[in-house]
Amino acid sequence: MSEPPAAQAQDVFLRLEKISKRYGGVTALDQVSCSIRKGEIHCLAGENGSGKSTLIKIISGVEHPDSGSIFFDGQTPRHLDSTESINRGVQVIYQDLSLFANLTVAENIALPRVLARKAIALRWSEIQRRAADALKRIRLEIDLQETVGNLSLAQQQLVAICRALSGDVKLLIMDEPTTALTRKEVDILFSVVLDLQRKSISILFVSHKLNELFEVAERFTILRDGKWVGTFEQRDLDARKLVTLMTGQEVASDAFWPGLKDREVLLEVRSLSKRNNFKDVSFQLHRGEILGLTGLLGSGRTELALALFGMNRPDSGEILIGGHPAQIHSVQEAVRLGISYVPENRIRQGLVIGQSIGSNIILAMIDRLLNRFRLIDSMQRKQVIQFWIRKLGIKVQDPGLPVETLSGGNQQRVVIARWLATNPKVLILDCPTVGIDVAAKRSVHQLIRELSQTGVGIILITDETGEALNNCERVLLMRSGRFIACLNSAEETEWTIQSRLEKP
Amino acid sequence: MKKLVSRSEFYLFLLILVLGAGFTAANPKFLSLQNILDLLKSYSFFGILSVGALVVLLSGGIDISFTAVAQVAEYVTVAVILQYGGNLFTAFLLSSSIGIVLGLINGLLIHFLQIPPIITTIATLNLYFGCLYVISTGNIIYRVPKFFEDLSGTMLPGGFPMVAVLWIGVVIGTWVILHQTVLGRSIYALGGNLIAAERVGFKVLYIRLFVYGFMGFLSGFGSVVHTALVQSAIPNSIVGHELDVLAAVVLGGANIFGGAGSLAGTFMGVALLAMLGNGLTLIGISSYWNDVVIGIVLLVGVTFSSLQRMYLAGRRAKVVVEEGAL
Repeated sequence: MSEPPAAQAQDVFLRLEKISKRYGGVTALDQVSCSIRKGEIHCLAGENGSGKSTLIKIISGVEHPDSGSIFFDGQTPRHLDSTESINRGVQVIYQDLSLFANLTVAENIALPRVLARKAIALRWSEIQRRAADALKRIRLEIDLQETVGNLSLAQQQLVAICRALSGDVKLLIMDEPTTALTRKEVDILFSVVLDLQRKSISILFVSHKLNELFEVAERFTILRDGKWVGTFEQRDLDARKLVTLMTGQEVASDAFWPGLKDREVLLEVRSLSKRNNFKDVSFQLHRGEILGLTGLLGSGRTELALALFGMNRPDSGEILIGGHPAQIHSVQEAVRLGISYVPENRIRQGLVIGQSIGSNIILAMIDRLLNRFRLIDSMQRKQVIQFWIRKLGIKVQDPGLPVETLSGGNQQRVVIARWLATNPKVLILDCPTVGIDVAAKRSVHQLIRELSQTGVGIILITDETGEALNNCERVLLMRSGRFIACLNSAEETEWTIQSRLEKP
Repeated sequence: MKKLVSRSEFYLFLLILVLGAGFTAANPKFLSLQNILDLLKSYSFFGILSVGALVVLLSGGIDISFTAVAQVAEYVTVAVILQYGGNLFTAFLLSSSIGIVLGLINGLLIHFLQIPPIITTIATLNLYFGCLYVISTGNIIYRVPKFFEDLSGTMLPGGFPMVAVLWIGVVIGTWVILHQTVLGRSIYALGGNLIAAERVGFKVLYIRLFVYGFMGFLSGFGSVVHTALVQSAIPNSIVGHELDVLAAVVLGGANIFGGAGSLAGTFMGVALLAMLGNGLTLIGISSYWNDVVIGIVLLVGVTFSSLQRMYLAGRRAKVVVEEGAL
């Protein structure tokens, strides 16, 4: 552990002291301290829900800490808002990139700078020149007049980097910067980063995927459950140790594989293809199996799941359910055939925000609650809701309360409950533990395992290779729309999987 | 050329040409210079309002209340000038000021109370219009000062109506704001991505105040043109047409959710509605059919641009699939 002593204070650009932040009843950050030196490449690591993004929001002035202090070059700004943070030289590249999809590349890069000059008239030549300079800095060639919405995700990311660099930046924060980039683009990014370092610009990477960052980061600050675990020099760490520090548990310590011997095949997919989505995908899902499916963003995994759920019609190939060929053209048909899908973004695609917890649970099976007048039978409705709340251990005072009053983990249980209430044979879970804290994550894992023991076949789509290894006997790896391997969890580690997921 | 074809304005332009040719074939009077100048004149008020509505839509907002703002500005201006005297200049000054104030109230409410703009401006439409009704008790002012009539009758050499010059002036002025100022690009940026605009340091409050204030200004400014055209001040002569104006703007390719749209498209949207109303009359179709035809054209136009968007979105690859063997 290497918190710099006071003697080195002049080398430190940013120092955080005992930062705490609570949202409602949840502690997001608990007395977190760390410092970033000038010209340092620092990595802020932690699992989802560990408090990384809250810390970034506090540094960039978007959120204010409940307690603790922030020092830029030894000074504390009186009022830290986003403009003040930018003026102090902090630039953030957000995971959502925060670009203007309706404007051109040139405008996206140069407008914030022109804005900071408080200019009134717009000189298009200036926009053009600033943008061209910024692109040149990272040796990037993109048509300046192209509308950003027409670019690929990777190109958009580079535009976001250009924009951040076009100002007077002293600390560049990058939130999950490599997620959507190919290896070649990552190399460009890293050469830019090393270039910036020579100019004494500090870089803070925020990530939970560390294999790439390991190459360039000098120090790692690790957060877990909102607490500071430690700040380490790169030479004192290796991959395994890092993961252990982040998760707080030895890798694969509680692996769970029910075994697949002589089990009946619930679902079979034969060379399923869809243009620009996935190609030649085949697999079998057995009764009571938890089948892992992992791949990077844009690998086609979600598109495949949607195809199985009737929301994305494939061009060719076969889907067999219980050995019989099935045409799944709508969600209703998928549900009738016993397939349920819990989407990745539970807020946007899963929950009906504003509706009660109870209404959310029965949403997908409401047609089975009708009485002979075709009206909803309120007694039966109440029983079904009570049954699932008890069965899934959802912590709730009153099922009539709006669903958003629940914690993330409990919200996820409500979504799962809804689809279980339809009595599925096959349950597809798309990143079920994204954005929920570690304890809730474990309880969701527990729930998935219990479900599989009742004979439900589960496809677990996940970003976290550890999650796949611990819960699934077999893990399918997807890359660029293809299955590249079907792995036996017992023979793999997170490392071996991660390295295969990236493009060669 | 490829770029041109991908824009919805291009298809609108084609539609206008086809319709124009059709109407002219049925009745050659349609293409006469006099008819076109008459149309420019009678739609100048509508056209000025559409420019303001476009700017609001670009910023990601919406304003329903602008007809009430114009109504209030018109009535108060005429009443005040009849009482205290004044000239064309004071009429423009007074009604524009009233418009700006009412527009700024909209902007402040939307920004600080965080009520969706559609709800806020439906409320202020009723509020402004209701207050006018209470105060005016619905009295119609039949005789307006003569300078209004003069404005309506003024022609440039060649018979080009002055009020249409004002409309064109508004379009050019707005083009300069939208394309040659930082504020203009900020409006597009805000309409494209509100959260990003805040993060990058755009002053969202000021942009909103400008946008709704500008809508108010054009409503007030345009109401003088309206008075000149109808030569009276009737308290309910403008309210009720707000959706027609918004329809013209959306027909002109503006995105109802903000960030996209152009003055050229808006002009063509207005032109299309004007041509339909006028052309149907000229070829002898009963004016009862007007709304039916306009409704159909709107549906077709909006469906078309929606289909085009879906097509473009579908063509964009979600996953770059590796071809060949692995």
